[in-house]
Amino acid sequence: MGDGAVRSATVSAVQTTSPLQARRRRLSGRLGDLSLYVVTGAAALGSVVLVGAIVWKVFRLSADSFHQFGFGFVTGREWDPVKHVFGALPFIYGTAVSSFVALVIATPLAIAIGLYLSELAPRGLRGIVGSLVELLAAIPSVVLGLWGILVLGPFVAHHVEPWLHSAFGFIPLFGDPQQTGQGLFTAALILTIMIVPIVAAISRELFLGVPRELEEGALALGTTRWEMVRGVILPATRSGIAAALILGLGRALGEAIAVTQVIGGGTRIGWSLFPPADTLASKLASSYQGANPGLEISSLLYLAAILLVIGLIANLLAQIIVRRFDPLRGAKA
Amino acid sequence: MTFTMAPVIDVAQARREAGPVQREVVFDIQDLAVNYGRATTAISGVDLDIYRNLITAVIGPSGCGKSTFIRCLNRMNDLVPGAKIDGKILYLGEDLYGQGVDPVEVRRRIGMVFQKANPFPKSIYDNVAWGPRVLGMKQDLDERVEKALTGAALWGEVKDRLKKNALSLSGGQQQRLCIARAIAVEPDVLLLDEPASALDPIATSAIEELMHELKRDYTLVIVTHNMQQAARVADLTAFFSLEVDETRRSGVLVEYDATDKIFTNPSDQRTEDYVTGRFG
Amino acid sequence: MSRYRRRKVVNRTMEVVATLAALVAVTVLVIVVVSVALRGAGALSWDFFFKPQALFGQPGGGIANALVGTILLIALATAMAVPVGVLTAIYLTEFAPKRLAVPIQVVIDVLAGLPTIVIGIFVYALLVIGHTQSGYAGAVSLAIIMLPLVARATQEVLLLVPSTLREASLALGVRRWRTVVGVILPSSVGGILTGTLLAVARAAGETAPLLFTSSIFANTVQTDVTKPLPNIPVLIFTYSEQADPALHEQAWAAALVLMGFVLIASLGAKALLARSRKRLAG
Repeated sequence: MGDGAVRSATVSAVQTTSPLQARRRRLSGRLGDLSLYVVTGAAALGSVVLVGAIVWKVFRLSADSFHQFGFGFVTGREWDPVKHVFGALPFIYGTAVSSFVALVIATPLAIAIGLYLSELAPRGLRGIVGSLVELLAAIPSVVLGLWGILVLGPFVAHHVEPWLHSAFGFIPLFGDPQQTGQGLFTAALILTIMIVPIVAAISRELFLGVPRELEEGALALGTTRWEMVRGVILPATRSGIAAALILGLGRALGEAIAVTQVIGGGTRIGWSLFPPADTLASKLASSYQGANPGLEISSLLYLAAILLVIGLIANLLAQIIVRRFDPLRGAKA
Repeated sequence: MTFTMAPVIDVAQARREAGPVQREVVFDIQDLAVNYGRATTAISGVDLDIYRNLITAVIGPSGCGKSTFIRCLNRMNDLVPGAKIDGKILYLGEDLYGQGVDPVEVRRRIGMVFQKANPFPKSIYDNVAWGPRVLGMKQDLDERVEKALTGAALWGEVKDRLKKNALSLSGGQQQRLCIARAIAVEPDVLLLDEPASALDPIATSAIEELMHELKRDYTLVIVTHNMQQAARVADLTAFFSLEVDETRRSGVLVEYDATDKIFTNPSDQRTEDYVTGRFG
Repeated sequence: MSRYRRRKVVNRTMEVVATLAALVAVTVLVIVVVSVALRGAGALSWDFFFKPQALFGQPGGGIANALVGTILLIALATAMAVPVGVLTAIYLTEFAPKRLAVPIQVVIDVLAGLPTIVIGIFVYALLVIGHTQSGYAGAVSLAIIMLPLVARATQEVLLLVPSTLREASLALGVRRWRTVVGVILPSSVGGILTGTLLAVARAAGETAPLLFTSSIFANTVQTDVTKPLPNIPVLIFTYSEQADPALHEQAWAAALVLMGFVLIASLGAKALLARSRKRLAG
């Protein structure tokens, strides 16, 4: 069609010595296009297949344990390689509690930081402070874990836990302080440090994205800056913040290294936040060596499968929220 | 060219003597200048008075500082980083930029409607009710909303769907919603920055009619690039233009007078050039 | 207190709260960085960088073997991840029909969010079971982590190329593949490099995948990728779990090196990003 006309026009404009040469050029051109298409398509396909392969492999290797314990594994409280009894509940508990506490502390902190960076900070500081907050996310988790073991842990053990216990000990959350500071509470603090920069950075972008005319419209009515934030900016960015929090949560759920360094290890389920415990991810990290092939490894992989499913759900949920429920688009408000 | 006429005011004469038909001066603007740093002067040497319950139009070619001028009247220029305001604006005798004057209070009394309708992504009811709620005017909120929507000539069209999203309204309706939102907090003055420039002719004339009604209760200052609109709507018209000399360019007030005088017998040649379409 | 005063007080309080929050974040960053710097600086020395790990129980030694191993692992992982990532991005921006592009993007975002320990276990199951750990397996696991980052960054920069450029090239009769390779890619190189730099910074700090694929290593310099390669993250991890203060000191120093590299690489990438965005916008 038009393409052919242009092509033949180009070919005839260029001095060709023979029609055969022209055909070869056309063929190599088409071959080139096809090759590019195939190669890039294969790469994209490979990426998709990779995710599928990961899910499949993890599930397949957990099959033995699944056959042995079924879904009861999820409520099993014991993890005993000697007795060949394995259950995931202590680790689900550890994951849930550490992530939840981290989220509770991180949410107001991160949103406040996002507001500071978008509304409050003077021009010059905006970039610097924003970069500093983002750098917090770049710290390798093993370094944060090292700091957690040798600096944060002792600090929490000697100052924070005793104070919390004496001031709020009537709440079962704050039981007897631990010697080393290794436990759910310290792990939750480390996770908070990891969640905050992610949520703060996304929040900042969301707040900056609220159209200026909406802000001006609110201020022109004679409201204070905070009232404008609460009445216009926060409602308009609701869904984005929810997605950001879920993304942050996903990060916390999957963190293995820093958590395993500070959480102490154990299968205890109880009210207090202070004693050692394990999460799904940290149990995997700490048990990699010396695990007996067979049922124990299969059970570890069962844990991995549970972690994978939780992580996938969180990730997909965040993506759905972002694509569906944006009040600024004039859709569902 | 037809236009409504308020009682004829000879501005120059009013300044010279206190006549029987003396309107209250709402804004007394003295030698106002605004620049945004870097030697960019937006306006300079602006001197005029705004009178109560009249519609004052601000016209002029684009870039001559009309919006900058009107945004000084409710301290919206405070929100622009680097904006410096010189001169004096007295609102009912008080210095608007004086020590200890809170812009938040200023903006409650001096409302603004923007060029592009900017309703909040909330319901129609909440758009109008939000301001009063936050400001503490919580009694009889329903009546207040109805009164504001009626005042904006929108009540009839939306009274059955108050809970619907405001973004589902047409452009003209959204702009009237913004007017309702502004009058719901009971301001003294309404500033309108090219309120109909983004609207079709039918919606525009609805807004213009509305302004005649609003004039009864509020003092209106409207910026418009549409001369015919100024002629149709305004009692007094201020013509701004750009003054360029070697050092800088800035917007200046060229002429300020009763509307029919500006359009039929302007005193300044620049005014005449503009209104007869010779430039701008 | 009048309503008006109360509103002003609330506004002021919120301003203070937000400022404090930002202060807390910056303070934590400073505390962590300073802690690592103070405790690690002492062990930094010529020996530290150039001597391999000491034999068990022996004093001294350094991280030479781990340093070499990490560099090899990252280099290998980058060589694997960048081509696949760039090609995937090209497919998404140039060839994929709308209804395919979105699901693929979702899948890539999912890949980016997978717990890295699960990725480590996957590669372990794929390449280590039945054989031994190897640098190759470690590199593959790092490559999987880097892939979505490179793909996303490349996609972003490819989308910035104006469609008029593509159309002009095609209208001249230039073939699709030539347009991509000769026009679009070269103008996107900066963005691809930035994305790669960010991915490298991320991968350099990853420990969990290496735990399963390249963690049982000797304390001599090793360059054979079929054997497990010593690396800095696992070294820090292992030392941190020991009770020996001498090992702790080395761990701090290694952490300082790692953190320094990651932070500088991240800052560099962000600076590049900001500059290229400014250039394209202005």
